[in-house]
Amino acid sequence: MNPVIKGCSHILVHVPNVMLEAGTTQILERENKNSDYLLKINDYIRSYEDCISYPPNQAYIGNIYPDKLNDIPRPWYQNPLPPKRFGAFGEIMPEDEFYALMQISDVFDLVLLEEDFVKEVRRKLEGHPLISEKDLSRLKEVVSLEEIERQIENKAVPLRFNGKIVGCVKKAHDKDITLSSHVMLENLATKASAILAFKHLLKNTGMSPEEIDYIIECSEEACGDMNQRGGGNFAKAIGEIVGCSNATGADVRGFCAGPAHALLNAASLIKSGVFKNVVVVAGGATAKLGMNGRDHVKKGLPVLEDVLGGFAVLVSQDDGINPIIRLDSVGRHTIGAGASPQVVMHAVAVEPLERLGLKVTDVDKYSVEMQNPEITEPAGAGDVPKANYKMIAALGVKRGDIEKSQIDEFILKHGMPGFAPTQGHIPSGVPVLGHIREKILKGEIKRAMIIGKGSLFLARMTNLFDGISMIIEANPGVKEEKGVEEKEIRKMIAKALRDLAEYLIGSEV
Amino acid sequence: MDLEIQGRIKELAEKYGPENVVVILGSNEAEAASLAAETVTNGDPTYAGPLAGVPLGLRVYHILEEEIKKEIDPNVYEEQVGMMEMVLDVEAISKEVRSIREQYSKY
Repeated sequence: MNPVIKGCSHILVHVPNVMLEAGTTQILERENKNSDYLLKINDYIRSYEDCISYPPNQAYIGNIYPDKLNDIPRPWYQNPLPPKRFGAFGEIMPEDEFYALMQISDVFDLVLLEEDFVKEVRRKLEGHPLISEKDLSRLKEVVSLEEIERQIENKAVPLRFNGKIVGCVKKAHDKDITLSSHVMLENLATKASAILAFKHLLKNTGMSPEEIDYIIECSEEACGDMNQRGGGNFAKAIGEIVGCSNATGADVRGFCAGPAHALLNAASLIKSGVFKNVVVVAGGATAKLGMNGRDHVKKGLPVLEDVLGGFAVLVSQDDGINPIIRLDSVGRHTIGAGASPQVVMHAVAVEPLERLGLKVTDVDKYSVEMQNPEITEPAGAGDVPKANYKMIAALGVKRGDIEKSQIDEFILKHGMPGFAPTQGHIPSGVPVLGHIREKILKGEIKRAMIIGKGSLFLARMTNLFDGISMIIEANPGVKEEKGVEEKEIRKMIAKALRDLAEYLIGSEV
Repeated sequence: MDLEIQGRIKELAEKYGPENVVVILGSNEAEAASLAAETVTNGDPTYAGPLAGVPLGLRVYHILEEEIKKEIDPNVYEEQVGMMEMVLDVEAISKEVRSIREQYSKY
């Protein structure tokens, strides 16, 4: 029973105020009282309209195929597309509605929103196709601005919109820093954006939440308390709000490779027959908002890291239609393999193909770390996906699959421009799932490879790197297993008995 | 350059003497290589880490530079670095790092 990708969702949330409040770069910069960056940053913040018309964001939610970015001149922020909030895979939610979604997601009364703000945003959410009456009933129109200001004095994190304080996130414990207001904001933003992705997935697949058996959550942050910092469990917390009453689940982490590991786990649970419908889901990371903002402002760009990213994938039993995840040749960077980029890329991208007797050119599209180069280049990190494609091409040259002169052609044909926000896990292999699934279903491509890589050394527990990959292929169609009918069995037994009788007769002579 | 790494390089230079330390970079961009080279020679140009205002003057090379390549077993180099040599702009990276080394290295 092959696991198939039955559907995907990809969402963004425009959160410039959360970026200023909770992005790690901005927090660290506050220690510098004379920070030029913090003095200037407000002049470089994008409006919601600018954010949704940004071509890479339109590619992420499915309104344009990422390859189309090759035809749009750089810088992309100066060449906007029509500002569409909704796309084939999801949407780009504005910050005020997201604050309300955070309150809907919050079961411990930690998100306080000012009553007039709630009245206004409720009206907006009433028109949202995926926010139900039940969701809206969780909004609370009871808190005054005075109460919010009192909470902020008591270390709550303010939530701002249009230059005003409209709410706050409270701390969940007096002493436990893993339950501080900052961490609770991080975790509730993760949870709410994952819920948004989950809701879009259910819409895109036509599934009801009750049909989901298992949820694997793979965001950046881990939730817990001071006795178990990464205790979890986002998966069930998200499923609870979405209404997955028949599901259970757990969280999987692995730095940026987390989603690829989660997808592999989901596919394995389907292949083994343990579950029928497994959802892999992730919300966004507030810490990474504005991560390269200093360089963007210094070079006169808008602060482009102003969105949270989220995605959800439904992995189900083979239906003979949807693309399959091949589990017979998974790429993996093993502990003993070594850590040079060459070793990692060979283990992850080439070895799984070699095991199947395939060449690097037999994969139509590779999905690597799909960071938007417009974000990373000003910070000196270059074009990350392009560098990855060059590595795969170079390994292809070493194998003799292509000529050295064909490297650029290979990148154009088998790669795609980076379009995902630098949210860590979000760009890593998975952002193309929606696009790849559609292309395979349309018959435009046959085979893709999803590569997830993670910088494990950042946790200071090991110097190791990580990488894992899977091949996604067009579904060959379910082959009907031929049952042997009773009549056939009788015939077979009769023949066996006749043969035996003849043998016995013969041996008597 | 990562603040933690800056701290470790500073400690190593103090422990073994700056004349006995060689820094080998692996950055994939000329600009990033130049910044890292400057950090371990003239001090952190971003004034953010432990090497801000600390001109260690260490010898610094990039793994793709000829001086380093010839020190390594060709088979090992091919196995570990051959692919990146094909992928990266060796000339631009080498030029940047050499320029910083010639300006600020004291050893």
